Amino acid sequence: MIYLRLFFEFFKVGLFSVGGGLATIPFLQDLGQRTGWFSPADLADMIAVSESTPGPMGVNMSTYVGFACGGPLGAVVGVLGLITPSILVILLVALFLKKFRDSKVVDGVFQGLRPASTALITAAGVSVALIALLNDGRLAWDDPRVITLAPGSGEAGLSIVWPAVAIAVAVFVCMRLPRLKKLHPIVYIAAAAALGVALQL
Amino acid sequence: MKDYLQLFLVFAQVGACTFGGGYAMLPILQREVVEKRGWCTAEELADYFAIGQCTPGVIAVNTATFVGAKRKGNLGGVVATLGVVFPSVVIITLIAAFLKSFAHIEAVGHAFAGVRAAVVALIASSVLKLGKTTVRSLPAAVIFAAVLLFSVFDSQLEAAFPAAAFLFSPVTYVVLAGAAGLALSLRRKGGKNG
Repeated sequence: MIYLRLFFEFFKVGLFSVGGGLATIPFLQDLGQRTGWFSPADLADMIAVSESTPGPMGVNMSTYVGFACGGPLGAVVGVLGLITPSILVILLVALFLKKFRDSKVVDGVFQGLRPASTALITAAGVSVALIALLNDGRLAWDDPRVITLAPGSGEAGLSIVWPAVAIAVAVFVCMRLPRLKKLHPIVYIAAAAALGVALQL
Repeated sequence: MKDYLQLFLVFAQVGACTFGGGYAMLPILQREVVEKRGWCTAEELADYFAIGQCTPGVIAVNTATFVGAKRKGNLGGVVATLGVVFPSVVIITLIAAFLKSFAHIEAVGHAFAGVRAAVVALIASSVLKLGKTTVRSLPAAVIFAAVLLFSVFDSQLEAAFPAAAFLFSPVTYVVLAGAAGLALSLRRKGGKNG
Protein backbone atom coordinates (compact mmCIF):
# COMPACT_ATOMS: atom_id res chain seq x y z
CA MET A 1 0.00 0.00 0.00
CA ILE A 2 2.02 2.92 -1.35
CA TYR A 3 -0.16 5.62 0.23
CA LEU A 4 0.26 4.29 3.75
CA ARG A 5 4.00 4.13 3.19
CA LEU A 6 4.00 7.67 1.76
CA PHE A 7 2.10 8.99 4.75
CA PHE A 8 4.49 7.31 7.13
CA GLU A 9 7.61 8.50 5.29
CA PHE A 10 6.39 12.12 5.24
CA PHE A 11 5.28 11.89 8.84
CA LYS A 12 8.93 11.16 9.61
CA VAL A 13 10.10 14.11 7.48
CA GLY A 14 7.70 16.40 9.36
CA LEU A 15 8.76 15.02 12.70
CA PHE A 16 12.50 15.33 12.20
CA SER A 17 12.95 18.45 10.12
CA VAL A 18 13.02 21.36 12.50
CA GLY A 19 12.86 24.95 11.24
CA GLY A 20 12.35 26.31 7.75
CA GLY A 21 11.53 24.38 4.59
CA LEU A 22 15.22 23.98 3.77
CA ALA A 23 15.48 21.64 6.75
CA THR A 24 13.42 19.07 4.83
CA ILE A 25 16.00 18.71 2.02
CA PRO A 26 18.38 16.26 3.73
CA PHE A 27 15.44 14.10 4.78
CA LEU A 28 14.02 14.09 1.27
CA GLN A 29 17.47 13.15 -0.12
CA ASP A 30 17.56 10.26 2.28
CA LEU A 31 14.02 9.24 1.32
CA GLY A 32 14.96 9.15 -2.39
CA GLN A 33 18.02 7.03 -1.68
CA ARG A 34 16.20 4.51 0.46
CA THR A 35 13.10 4.09 -1.66
CA GLY A 36 14.34 4.84 -5.17
CA TRP A 37 11.12 6.80 -5.72
CA PHE A 38 13.04 9.71 -7.26
CA SER A 39 16.65 10.47 -8.23
CA PRO A 40 18.86 13.31 -6.94
CA ALA A 41 18.32 15.04 -10.32
CA ASP A 42 14.54 14.80 -9.82
CA LEU A 43 14.95 16.32 -6.38
CA ALA A 44 16.99 19.22 -7.78
CA ASP A 45 14.14 19.92 -10.20
CA MET A 46 11.60 19.72 -7.39
CA ILE A 47 13.58 22.19 -5.30
CA ALA A 48 13.74 24.59 -8.25
CA VAL A 49 9.99 24.40 -8.77
CA SER A 50 9.30 24.72 -5.04
CA GLU A 51 11.26 27.95 -4.81
CA SER A 52 9.58 29.51 -7.80
CA THR A 53 5.97 28.84 -6.83
CA PRO A 54 3.88 30.31 -4.03
CA GLY A 55 3.62 28.46 -0.75
CA PRO A 56 6.06 27.38 1.96
CA MET A 57 8.98 25.49 0.42
CA GLY A 58 8.80 22.44 2.66
CA VAL A 59 5.14 21.97 1.80
CA ASN A 60 5.79 22.47 -1.91
CA MET A 61 8.58 19.93 -1.95
CA SER A 62 6.55 17.34 -0.08
CA THR A 63 3.68 17.82 -2.52
CA TYR A 64 6.02 17.36 -5.45
CA VAL A 65 7.72 14.27 -4.05
CA GLY A 66 4.33 12.82 -3.09
CA PHE A 67 3.08 13.42 -6.63
CA ALA A 68 6.16 11.80 -8.15
CA CYS A 69 5.59 8.71 -6.01
CA GLY A 70 1.82 8.35 -6.09
CA GLY A 71 0.12 10.84 -8.42
CA PRO A 72 -2.36 13.49 -7.20
CA LEU A 73 -3.51 11.34 -4.28
CA GLY A 74 0.14 10.77 -3.38
CA ALA A 75 0.63 14.56 -3.26
CA VAL A 76 -2.27 14.95 -0.84
CA VAL A 77 -1.18 12.02 1.32
CA GLY A 78 2.43 13.26 1.40
CA VAL A 79 1.38 16.71 2.63
CA LEU A 80 -1.02 15.26 5.20
CA GLY A 81 1.84 13.12 6.49
CA LEU A 82 4.12 16.15 6.66
CA ILE A 83 1.71 18.33 8.64
CA THR A 84 0.39 15.70 11.07
CA PRO A 85 3.35 15.85 13.52
CA SER A 86 3.27 19.67 13.43
CA ILE A 87 -0.41 19.76 14.25
CA LEU A 88 -0.06 17.29 17.13
CA VAL A 89 2.96 18.97 18.69
CA ILE A 90 1.72 22.55 18.27
CA LEU A 91 -1.74 21.77 19.64
CA LEU A 92 -0.06 20.30 22.72
CA VAL A 93 2.16 23.37 23.12
CA ALA A 94 -0.86 25.67 22.61
CA LEU A 95 -2.76 23.79 25.31
CA PHE A 96 0.20 24.14 27.65
CA LEU A 97 0.50 27.87 26.92
CA LYS A 98 -3.19 28.42 27.55
CA LYS A 99 -2.91 26.71 30.91
CA PHE A 100 0.20 28.59 32.01
CA ARG A 101 -0.45 31.88 30.26
CA ASP A 102 -0.28 33.86 33.46
CA SER A 103 2.73 32.06 34.87
CA LYS A 104 5.71 34.31 35.61
CA VAL A 105 8.06 31.60 34.35
CA VAL A 106 6.40 31.38 30.93
CA ASP A 107 6.29 35.15 30.71
CA GLY A 108 10.00 35.40 31.53
CA VAL A 109 10.89 32.81 28.91
CA PHE A 110 8.94 34.76 26.29
CA GLN A 111 10.77 37.97 27.20
CA GLY A 112 13.88 36.18 25.93
CA LEU A 113 12.24 34.38 23.01
CA ARG A 114 10.81 37.45 21.31
CA PRO A 115 14.07 39.24 20.52
CA ALA A 116 15.58 35.86 19.52
CA SER A 117 12.69 35.20 17.16
CA THR A 118 13.09 38.67 15.65
CA ALA A 119 16.82 37.98 15.16
CA LEU A 120 16.14 34.64 13.43
CA ILE A 121 13.75 36.34 11.02
CA THR A 122 16.32 39.07 10.38
CA ALA A 123 18.94 36.41 9.66
CA ALA A 124 16.57 34.72 7.22
CA GLY A 125 16.13 38.11 5.56
CA VAL A 126 19.91 38.47 5.30
CA SER A 127 20.22 35.10 3.56
CA VAL A 128 17.43 36.00 1.11
CA ALA A 129 19.23 39.31 0.51
CA LEU A 130 22.48 37.51 -0.27
CA ILE A 131 20.72 35.33 -2.82
CA ALA A 132 18.57 38.08 -4.31
CA LEU A 133 20.98 40.98 -4.45
CA LEU A 134 24.30 39.32 -5.16
CA ASN A 135 25.64 37.43 -8.15
CA ASP A 136 23.05 36.67 -10.81
CA GLY A 137 20.22 36.71 -8.29
CA ARG A 138 19.26 33.25 -9.34
CA LEU A 139 21.38 31.06 -7.11
CA ALA A 140 19.52 28.05 -5.79
CA TRP A 141 18.92 27.98 -2.05
CA ASP A 142 20.99 24.87 -1.67
CA ASP A 143 23.80 26.11 -3.89
CA PRO A 144 27.08 25.52 -2.03
CA ARG A 145 28.10 29.07 -2.98
CA VAL A 146 25.23 30.41 -0.93
CA ILE A 147 26.00 28.21 2.00
CA THR A 148 29.65 29.28 2.08
CA LEU A 149 28.79 32.83 1.17
CA ALA A 150 28.45 35.15 4.10
CA PRO A 151 29.88 38.57 4.81
CA GLY A 152 33.62 38.30 5.14
CA SER A 153 34.04 34.89 3.55
CA GLY A 154 35.83 36.59 0.67
CA GLU A 155 34.12 34.54 -2.01
CA ALA A 156 35.32 35.74 -5.40
CA GLY A 157 33.20 36.30 -8.47
CA LEU A 158 30.13 37.66 -6.76
CA SER A 159 28.87 41.08 -7.61
CA ILE A 160 26.00 43.28 -6.56
CA VAL A 161 22.98 43.14 -8.84
CA TRP A 162 22.00 46.81 -8.92
CA PRO A 163 18.56 46.40 -10.56
CA ALA A 164 17.63 43.92 -7.81
CA VAL A 165 18.88 46.37 -5.16
CA ALA A 166 16.81 49.12 -6.81
CA ILE A 167 13.67 46.93 -6.68
CA ALA A 168 14.27 46.09 -3.02
CA VAL A 169 14.82 49.74 -2.07
CA ALA A 170 11.79 50.90 -4.09
CA VAL A 171 9.51 48.31 -2.44
CA PHE A 172 10.84 49.18 1.00
CA VAL A 173 10.26 52.90 0.49
CA CYS A 174 6.76 52.35 -0.94
CA MET A 175 5.83 50.22 2.08
CA ARG A 176 6.74 53.09 4.40
CA LEU A 177 4.66 55.67 2.55
CA PRO A 178 1.48 56.36 4.52
CA ARG A 179 -0.65 56.40 1.38
CA LEU A 180 0.55 52.98 0.21
CA LYS A 181 0.69 51.29 3.61
CA LYS A 182 -2.64 49.58 3.14
CA LEU A 183 -1.57 47.87 -0.08
CA HIS A 184 -1.42 44.07 0.02
CA PRO A 185 2.18 42.75 -0.21
CA ILE A 186 1.18 40.63 -3.21
CA VAL A 187 0.94 43.89 -5.22
CA TYR A 188 4.67 44.47 -4.68
CA ILE A 189 5.47 40.84 -5.43
CA ALA A 190 3.58 41.01 -8.72
CA ALA A 191 5.19 44.32 -9.67
CA ALA A 192 8.65 42.97 -8.83
CA ALA A 193 8.00 39.85 -10.93
CA ALA A 194 7.01 42.03 -13.90
CA LEU A 195 10.12 44.19 -13.42
CA GLY A 196 12.27 41.07 -13.16
CA VAL A 197 11.02 39.91 -16.56
CA ALA A 198 11.25 43.40 -18.09
CA LEU A 199 14.81 43.92 -16.86
CA GLN A 200 15.86 40.32 -17.66
CA LEU A 201 17.07 40.06 -14.08
CA MET B 1 -18.93 26.93 10.55
CA LYS B 2 -18.53 30.37 9.02
CA ASP B 3 -15.55 31.04 11.31
CA TYR B 4 -13.81 27.86 10.20
CA LEU B 5 -14.41 28.67 6.56
CA GLN B 6 -12.96 32.14 7.11
CA LEU B 7 -9.95 30.66 8.90
CA PHE B 8 -9.37 28.28 5.99
CA LEU B 9 -9.69 31.03 3.39
CA VAL B 10 -7.44 33.50 5.19
CA PHE B 11 -4.71 30.91 5.57
CA ALA B 12 -5.14 29.71 1.99
CA GLN B 13 -4.56 33.32 0.97
CA VAL B 14 -1.47 33.50 3.21
CA GLY B 15 -0.15 30.28 1.64
CA ALA B 16 -0.79 31.56 -1.88
CA CYS B 17 0.99 34.85 -1.20
CA THR B 18 4.06 33.32 0.45
CA PHE B 19 7.08 33.29 -1.84
CA GLY B 20 10.49 32.03 -0.86
CA GLY B 21 10.32 30.28 2.48
CA GLY B 22 8.16 30.40 5.57
CA TYR B 23 9.70 33.63 6.86
CA ALA B 24 8.27 35.49 3.89
CA MET B 25 4.87 34.67 5.43
CA LEU B 26 5.47 37.19 8.20
CA PRO B 27 4.43 40.36 6.34
CA ILE B 28 1.22 38.71 5.14
CA LEU B 29 0.45 37.34 8.60
CA GLN B 30 1.12 40.72 10.21
CA ARG B 31 -1.34 42.28 7.81
CA GLU B 32 -4.11 39.68 7.68
CA VAL B 33 -4.03 38.19 11.16
CA VAL B 34 -2.69 40.96 13.42
CA GLU B 35 -3.65 44.27 11.81
CA LYS B 36 -6.80 43.46 9.89
CA ARG B 37 -8.47 40.84 12.09
CA GLY B 38 -6.81 41.06 15.51
CA TRP B 39 -6.69 37.27 15.89
CA CYS B 40 -3.44 37.59 17.79
CA THR B 41 -1.02 40.35 18.82
CA ALA B 42 2.34 41.13 17.20
CA GLU B 43 4.08 39.72 20.30
CA GLU B 44 2.11 36.47 20.10
CA LEU B 45 3.05 36.13 16.45
CA ALA B 46 6.73 36.49 17.43
CA ASP B 47 6.20 33.80 20.09
CA TYR B 48 4.66 31.45 17.52
CA PHE B 49 7.58 31.96 15.15
CA ALA B 50 10.08 31.25 17.95
CA ILE B 51 8.28 28.09 19.05
CA GLY B 52 7.61 27.01 15.46
CA GLN B 53 11.32 27.32 14.84
CA CYS B 54 12.31 24.78 17.49
CA THR B 55 9.45 22.29 17.34
CA PRO B 56 9.16 19.52 14.73
CA GLY B 57 7.88 20.51 11.32
CA VAL B 58 8.06 23.30 8.79
CA ILE B 59 7.80 26.74 10.40
CA ALA B 60 4.98 27.97 8.14
CA VAL B 61 2.82 24.99 9.08
CA ASN B 62 3.59 25.34 12.79
CA THR B 63 2.69 29.02 12.80
CA ALA B 64 -0.60 28.36 10.99
CA THR B 65 -1.54 25.65 13.51
CA PHE B 66 -0.77 28.04 16.36
CA VAL B 67 -2.84 30.95 15.08
CA GLY B 68 -5.71 28.62 14.18
CA ALA B 69 -5.66 27.03 17.64
CA LYS B 70 -5.61 30.44 19.32
CA ARG B 71 -8.63 31.50 17.29
CA LYS B 72 -10.82 28.38 17.27
CA GLY B 73 -9.26 25.65 19.41
CA ASN B 74 -7.94 22.32 18.14
CA LEU B 75 -10.19 22.11 15.12
CA GLY B 76 -9.21 25.69 14.25
CA GLY B 77 -5.55 24.62 14.29
CA VAL B 78 -6.27 21.79 11.87
CA VAL B 79 -8.39 23.99 9.57
CA ALA B 80 -5.80 26.81 9.41
CA THR B 81 -3.06 24.30 8.61
CA LEU B 82 -5.08 22.67 5.85
CA GLY B 83 -5.73 26.17 4.50
CA VAL B 84 -2.07 27.17 4.40
CA VAL B 85 -1.03 24.02 2.47
CA PHE B 86 -4.03 24.01 0.11
CA PRO B 87 -2.62 26.36 -2.57
CA SER B 88 0.70 24.46 -2.60
CA VAL B 89 -1.04 21.15 -3.19
CA VAL B 90 -3.11 22.52 -6.06
CA ILE B 91 -0.34 24.53 -7.75
CA ILE B 92 2.42 21.93 -7.41
CA THR B 93 0.16 19.10 -8.55
CA LEU B 94 -0.78 21.07 -11.66
CA ILE B 95 2.84 21.92 -12.43
CA ALA B 96 4.05 18.39 -11.78
CA ALA B 97 1.32 16.99 -14.01
CA PHE B 98 1.39 19.44 -16.91
CA LEU B 99 4.40 21.69 -16.77
CA LYS B 100 7.44 19.66 -15.80
CA SER B 101 9.81 22.21 -17.33
CA PHE B 102 8.30 25.10 -15.32
CA ALA B 103 11.47 25.91 -13.42
CA HIS B 104 13.47 25.99 -16.65
CA ILE B 105 11.30 28.57 -18.40
CA GLU B 106 13.47 31.65 -18.78
CA ALA B 107 10.79 34.19 -17.88
CA VAL B 108 10.04 32.29 -14.65
CA GLY B 109 13.67 32.67 -13.62
CA HIS B 110 13.62 36.42 -14.31
CA ALA B 111 10.29 36.90 -12.54
CA PHE B 112 11.51 35.14 -9.42
CA ALA B 113 14.77 37.06 -9.33
CA GLY B 114 12.53 40.14 -9.11
CA VAL B 115 10.24 38.56 -6.52
CA ARG B 116 13.19 37.73 -4.28
CA ALA B 117 14.35 41.32 -4.32
CA ALA B 118 10.85 42.39 -3.22
CA VAL B 119 10.82 39.69 -0.52
CA VAL B 120 14.01 41.21 0.95
CA ALA B 121 12.15 44.51 1.35
CA LEU B 122 9.02 42.82 2.73
CA ILE B 123 11.00 40.96 5.38
CA ALA B 124 13.01 44.08 6.27
CA SER B 125 9.84 46.09 6.73
CA SER B 126 8.23 43.35 8.85
CA VAL B 127 11.30 43.02 11.01
CA LEU B 128 11.32 46.76 11.72
CA LYS B 129 7.67 46.57 12.70
CA LEU B 130 8.23 43.51 14.88
CA GLY B 131 11.41 44.88 16.45
CA LYS B 132 9.51 47.89 17.78
CA THR B 133 7.53 45.61 20.09
CA THR B 134 10.09 42.86 20.78
CA VAL B 135 13.42 44.72 21.14
CA ARG B 136 12.66 47.50 23.57
CA SER B 137 15.08 46.96 26.45
CA LEU B 138 18.86 46.63 26.65
CA PRO B 139 18.79 42.89 27.53
CA ALA B 140 16.42 42.29 24.61
CA ALA B 141 18.79 44.17 22.30
CA VAL B 142 21.71 42.06 23.51
CA ILE B 143 19.77 38.82 22.88
CA PHE B 144 18.75 40.09 19.44
CA ALA B 145 22.33 41.01 18.47
CA ALA B 146 23.79 37.74 19.76
CA VAL B 147 21.26 35.50 18.00
CA LEU B 148 21.57 37.52 14.79
CA LEU B 149 25.37 37.22 14.74
CA PHE B 150 25.34 33.51 15.50
CA SER B 151 22.66 32.83 12.86
CA VAL B 152 24.31 34.84 10.09
CA PHE B 153 27.73 33.31 10.71
CA ASP B 154 26.65 29.81 11.62
CA SER B 155 28.34 28.10 8.67
CA GLN B 156 31.63 29.78 9.64
CA LEU B 157 31.15 28.75 13.27
CA GLU B 158 30.39 25.19 12.23
CA ALA B 159 33.56 25.12 10.15
CA ALA B 160 35.61 26.56 13.01
CA PHE B 161 34.26 24.16 15.64
CA PRO B 162 33.38 20.97 13.76
CA ALA B 163 33.05 18.94 16.95
CA ALA B 164 30.33 21.27 18.21
CA ALA B 165 28.71 21.92 14.83
CA PHE B 166 25.34 20.52 15.94
CA LEU B 167 25.13 23.27 18.58
CA PHE B 168 24.96 26.07 16.03
CA SER B 169 21.29 25.75 15.29
CA PRO B 170 18.20 27.89 15.86
CA VAL B 171 17.04 25.32 18.42
CA THR B 172 20.04 26.10 20.63
CA TYR B 173 19.63 29.86 20.23
CA VAL B 174 15.93 29.76 21.06
CA VAL B 175 16.48 27.59 24.14
CA LEU B 176 19.32 29.80 25.40
CA ALA B 177 17.34 32.99 24.74
CA GLY B 178 14.39 31.57 26.67
CA ALA B 179 16.67 30.66 29.57
CA ALA B 180 18.21 34.15 29.52
CA GLY B 181 14.75 35.73 29.55
CA LEU B 182 13.73 33.58 32.50
CA ALA B 183 16.93 34.34 34.45
CA LEU B 184 16.51 38.07 33.85
CA SER B 185 12.89 38.11 34.96
CA LEU B 186 13.69 36.11 38.12
CA ARG B 187 16.53 38.48 38.96
CA ARG B 188 14.33 41.52 38.44
CA LYS B 189 11.71 40.05 40.74
CA GLY B 190 14.33 39.09 43.33
CA GLY B 191 15.72 42.63 43.20
CA LYS B 192 12.34 44.13 43.94
CA ASN B 193 11.72 41.85 46.90
CA GLY B 194 15.20 42.33 48.37
